[in-house]
Amino acid sequence: MSALLDVQGLSKRYRRGDKEFAALDGVSFSIASGETLALVGPSGSGKSTVARILLRLVEPDGGGARFDGEDLLALRGAALRAIRPKLQMVFQDPLAAFNPRAAVARLIDDPLRIHGIAGRAARPGAIAALLERVGLAPELAGRRVHEISGGQRQRVAIARAIATRPRLIVLDEAVAALDVLVRGDILRLLMELQAEEGIAYLFISHDLGAVRAIAHRIAIMDGGRVVEQGEARAVIAAPASAIGRALVAATPELPKFRETAS
Amino acid sequence: MSLARLLRSPDAVAGFVILGLLGAMALAAPLLFPGDPLAIAGQPLLRPFQDWALPLGTDRLGRDVLAGLFHGARTSLAVGLAAAAASILVGSIVGTIAGFAGGLVDEVLMRITDAFQTVPGFLLSLALVSVVGPSLGVVVMAIALSAWTGPARIARAEVLSIRERDYVASARVIGMHPVEIAFREVLPNALPPVLALSSVIVAAAILTEAALSFLGLGDPNRVTWGGMIAEGRAVLRSAPYLSVIPGIALVLAVLGVYLAGEGVVEGTAARERQA
Repeated sequence: MSALLDVQGLSKRYRRGDKEFAALDGVSFSIASGETLALVGPSGSGKSTVARILLRLVEPDGGGARFDGEDLLALRGAALRAIRPKLQMVFQDPLAAFNPRAAVARLIDDPLRIHGIAGRAARPGAIAALLERVGLAPELAGRRVHEISGGQRQRVAIARAIATRPRLIVLDEAVAALDVLVRGDILRLLMELQAEEGIAYLFISHDLGAVRAIAHRIAIMDGGRVVEQGEARAVIAAPASAIGRALVAATPELPKFRETAS
Repeated sequence: MSLARLLRSPDAVAGFVILGLLGAMALAAPLLFPGDPLAIAGQPLLRPFQDWALPLGTDRLGRDVLAGLFHGARTSLAVGLAAAAASILVGSIVGTIAGFAGGLVDEVLMRITDAFQTVPGFLLSLALVSVVGPSLGVVVMAIALSAWTGPARIARAEVLSIRERDYVASARVIGMHPVEIAFREVLPNALPPVLALSSVIVAAAILTEAALSFLGLGDPNRVTWGGMIAEGRAVLRSAPYLSVIPGIALVLAVLGVYLAGEGVVEGTAARERQA
C-alpha cells in the first residue's frame, strides 16, 4: 500500500540575529492510511515546525511532501484550499486556536459552509451530529468558547477537524494542555474515530505515555533531525538513540491503551 | 460594561450629562423651534434676557440665537459622528488590508497614509470643501479625509499582532479565503483599540466643522456654531454674547464627548483587568 503522506528531506532554517540555525535538517517519514505516527522529541526539536510546514502555515527551505498523490508543497491559492478538507489540524491550546468572539456553532459551521459540505438548511443538524460524534451535548452549540471547559474545547476542535471528513489530522500537542483524566478520554475518542473512519494521525507530543496509548509507529526527533524510527512499542521498550532513552527514562508507567482498546 | 462602574467616575458622569443634554437639544430642535432658524425673528441685536420670547437675544439680522444654538447642536453632532464613523470605517479597512496582506500592498498603503498625515489635516479639509463646494456631505468627507490615518495606523498595528495568532492559522487550515479571514476573523478583534480613539476623533471633527463654518465653508443652508461665532465677530465689541454663547456650546460639546469617551475606555480597561 502506498503511503498517504510521504515527507522527504524537509529542511527549514531560521535566522536569529546574524546567526542562522537549522530548525529542520532533512526530515523524512511517511504515514499510511488509518495509521498513527507519533512525532516525539524535546522542546525545540522541530516537531511543531514539521506540523506548520505540512499545513502550509510556514514555507520550508527544502524537501518535498506528497499527500494523497499530490505535491503538497507546490499547491497555492484555490488549489491549496481545495485539498485542505483532507488535511486538518488540532492545535495545542484550543482557546488560542478559536476566534474569541465565536460561538461553538460558528466554529463547526465554518468548514461545512466553506467546503459546501451541508446546505444552509442542513447545517444546524450537521453541527449537532458532529457535536454528538465527539461526545458533546448539541445544546453546547450556542455557547461561547470561553464558557466551556478545556476538555470540551478540545472536543470542539476535533469536531471542527473531522467536519470535512479528513484523511489525515495533525495533532500538535493536542492533549498536552489537558488534565490526566480528560487526556485519557480524548485519546480514546481519537482512537474510536480512527477505527470508524480510517483517519490517519500525525501525533506530535513529548508525552510518551500518550504516545504509547495511541501510536502505531514513532519517530523521535532531536535538533531538527529524525534520530530514530520504528514500531511504537518496540522503540519505547528499547530505544536506540540517546534522546530516546532520556525521554523513556523521564516517563512514568502508564496503562497501555492500544492493547486494551484493540 | 456595567453602568455602576461608569457612574463611579465623576468625569464620565459629567461627560454623559453634557452629551445627553446636547443630544436632547439636537432632537428637540425641530419641536421647540419648528420655524427656519435662519429666518428673522425680531429686532436685530437684542441682548440676552431682555425679551422672554427670545431668551438669548438676536444677532445682527434679528435671528433667534437660542434657536440657532439648538439647530447648531444638530449639525455639530451629526457632522462629528458621521465624520468619525467614516474615518474609522475607512481607516480600519485600510489598516486591516495593509497589516494582513503585508509586502508591497502594506508598503503602498502605508506610504499613502504617510502622505495624508504629512499634509496638515485642516488644509486638506479646506482644499476639498473649497473645490467641491460646501454641503453637509462634503464637509463630512473633508473631515474624514484628514482623520482616517489614525485609525488606519492603529488597526494595522493590531492586525500585525493578531495575524500571528493560532486562530488565524486555524482559519487557514480549514480553508477559509484570505479576504474572509481578514474581515471576519481579524478585523473584529482589532477594533477595540481603534474604537477607543473615536471620542478624540468626534471631538476633533466637531472643532474642524466649526472652523470650516467660521471661514464660511460650512453648509450655507444650516445653522452651525462656527458660523454663528463668525457672524458675531463683526460686532465683537458691542455684542460679544453673539460669539461667546456658541463658543461655550462648542467647548462643552467637545469636553462632553471627550470625558464620556475616556470614561467608556477606562471602564472597559477595568473590566479587562478584572477578567
